[in-house]
Amino acid sequence: MNPLDSPKALEAWYKAIKQSIDPERPRLRVCGGTGCRSLGGPQLLQTLNDALDAAGLKKQVEVVVTGCHGFCEQGPLVTVAPEEIAYQHVTPDDAQAIVNQTLKAGIVLEELLYTDPANNQRILHEGDMPFYSGQTRRVMALNGKIDPYRVADYVAHSGYQALSRALYEMEPEEIIEEVSRSQLRGRGGAGFPTGLKWKLCRRASGDVKYIICNADEGDPGAFMDRSLLEANPHSIIEGMIIGAHAIGATGGFIYVRSEYPLAVATLKTALDQARECGLLGRNILGSGFNFDIQLHLGAGAFVCGEETALMASIEGRPGEPRPRPPFPVQSGLWGHPTNINNVKSWASIPLIIANGAEWFAEVGTDKSKGTAIFSMVGKINNTGLVEVPMGITLRELIFDVGGGIPGGKAFKAVQIGGPSGGCIPAKHLDTPIDYDSLTSLGAIMGSGGLVVTDETTCMVDLARYFMKFVQQESCGQCLPCRWGTQVMLDTLTRICDGQGQPGDIQSLEQLAKTVKAASLCGLGQTAPNPVLSTLRHFRAEYEAHVYDKRCPASVCRGLITYQIDPEICTGCMVCARNCPVGAITGEKKEPHMIDPELCTRCGLCMQVCKFNGVKVH
Amino acid sequence: MITLTIDDHQIETQPGRTLLEAARERGIWIPTLCHHEALEPYGGCRLCVVELETPHGPRLVASCTYPCEEAAVVRTDTEMVRQSRQVAAELLLARAGHIPFIQELAASLGVHSTPFSLPVDDCILCARCVRACRGIVGVAAISMVARGAAREVASPFHISSADCIECATCVLVCPTGAITLHDITDRSRTLHTWPTEYARRACRLCEYHAETWLEVGR
Repeated sequence: MNPLDSPKALEAWYKAIKQSIDPERPRLRVCGGTGCRSLGGPQLLQTLNDALDAAGLKKQVEVVVTGCHGFCEQGPLVTVAPEEIAYQHVTPDDAQAIVNQTLKAGIVLEELLYTDPANNQRILHEGDMPFYSGQTRRVMALNGKIDPYRVADYVAHSGYQALSRALYEMEPEEIIEEVSRSQLRGRGGAGFPTGLKWKLCRRASGDVKYIICNADEGDPGAFMDRSLLEANPHSIIEGMIIGAHAIGATGGFIYVRSEYPLAVATLKTALDQARECGLLGRNILGSGFNFDIQLHLGAGAFVCGEETALMASIEGRPGEPRPRPPFPVQSGLWGHPTNINNVKSWASIPLIIANGAEWFAEVGTDKSKGTAIFSMVGKINNTGLVEVPMGITLRELIFDVGGGIPGGKAFKAVQIGGPSGGCIPAKHLDTPIDYDSLTSLGAIMGSGGLVVTDETTCMVDLARYFMKFVQQESCGQCLPCRWGTQVMLDTLTRICDGQGQPGDIQSLEQLAKTVKAASLCGLGQTAPNPVLSTLRHFRAEYEAHVYDKRCPASVCRGLITYQIDPEICTGCMVCARNCPVGAITGEKKEPHMIDPELCTRCGLCMQVCKFNGVKVH
Repeated sequence: MITLTIDDHQIETQPGRTLLEAARERGIWIPTLCHHEALEPYGGCRLCVVELETPHGPRLVASCTYPCEEAAVVRTDTEMVRQSRQVAAELLLARAGHIPFIQELAASLGVHSTPFSLPVDDCILCARCVRACRGIVGVAAISMVARGAAREVASPFHISSADCIECATCVLVCPTGAITLHDITDRSRTLHTWPTEYARRACRLCEYHAETWLEVGR
């Protein structure tokens, strides 16, 4: 197509696309997100296409492969439009039935509908499921609706109209003013006011300025940025172009992890399409504004999510942070003023420009406006991606949207903000979530990773897990982070192994405080948070490990023993057959025994026993 | 000129100076390890941390990298500073407690033993050698490799570096003696701890051998 050279051309294209879309045309929207793909999405897509072919419906029915819907737990997901019938756990075997019964005869396949665990009712539409109805989808509104590889899909949903407005109807200062009034705070986790950062960068002296999209999402259990990149890359690109115009940037970078191949693919296509359409590159929309975005792939270092390390990596140097000041807005990429924002911050910009700052600030709390996107993982029923208003309580988030804890187990704590964050115990479940309330509880908003734990999670073990992660990911430049995290990990491992000594807890706490205070960059300064917050809320668990040599959650292998209850054991021999080290002995129909010397505490016997006869102490 | 306060002293200094430079001009003692007058500031050892007053409360900054700011209020000897330096010294002792220089440095901070245990090594990863090779000599024959606790100084791919010009500046700036020169034959020598081996060459201008000025330098 010819590059769009004016707002009118964009408007005309938008209208043409709108006209060409028949809302009544049958459509199958198949989730192509990473979760659904790994659950067999590509095979499903193939069989659906084959079935349509066989039924002669190839022409009539449109198949759209969308990005992540969010409800990864229920994947692969298929939505039948225009009726908006939401099918879950769809397998290739279901393809025939979907085509022949639902599409041809209008019969709803009951067995593929979502069952509300609360009342066992089947639910027809996504919007009626508690998982979706409790959400406020703004940034993620088009996730699962559009094909991320087609710019026309984005334009059909008023895409790039905010850009057109920003270029032709607003002065750069007005854009910054609008963003400031929206009170958008950095979605990467630190919560710095985005408008203020833009203002500082715009005012910084220099002809060359850069903007960067930080898509180096690396927290264990976090996949918000990935899903957005995969589902709606144009919203991020549009936000960046608006930002570049407001700040006066001459170049842009998207720094994305190479471990996100799907996101890289959607971004590459989206950038190419935007350039072809005249929405990126030279003379954007005929306005005379020139700006292009380069994709830069990370090489696997978590620390490159730290802004100064990220810039070093783009410059071609090892991804190591440097001291601030100078801040990137003063002296960033190659010494030029640079503005770095997270994926979700950039994706919020078109919404703010299109709908106004007041609309954005309608939801949220006093100091944290808008919505927050969380990836909920761990011991939770509805694993997936949610967008909720700031100020929602943890209870609403975990029990209403998240569907509570599986197996009727008791909620223990939620680790929020990944390895830089902290845990929040059950007694704070009714705290409204925003940047400031989480900080006061010893956690951080972080980029939105949310790991739910239940009574079977050992908090010392959890702290050890995150410490191992940061220890491996520390760049090693500064002494406290390099060796402090190693000593902390050694201490935690010793405690989990049952070798904890009196004084370990105090020394751990002291070391954690020093690493937090004295480290060079954000990684080291937040690395002790999981230890400090578990010590704050679950100190008794540490003490049980060290003084009583007992793991209250029965997790730490050095502190537990498995025993077979002779009253319950039927002598079925299933455990003995499954034990990988041959530690279980006993005659058929006689109670069995576990040899504690041979037993490796893998817990397999407990899993396979049908009578709950294996007990852990 | 900018004015700031360090330990209740009003100090006037040039813009662009670091807190460490300003404090030392005034005769205020701040311990350092990775710092070297001839090298770019690094901020790695964190021994030189000082407390800076901010609107969000006091926080620690490395005085060797932090620039002097107008009206800044800095303290070099608070509980938080002492605590932090003490832990850093204890970690150093765990790594290289057998090195007399490290023992003396720790003792100057009142630390004589360590509760921690780490794999022992002569090298404390202060990166003085790497910065000297890159910044003074301009060849970058050695660099930091790997991350975190696995970090080490090495020549590329752990093989003899073709870029090394046998100047031995790294040997001079190393505070712990972790880098040494060994003669293999009278025609060749090797630079430890990374395996760089080279033939002896005379200086083209003065015909001095490297070992000769090395003697002078030490």
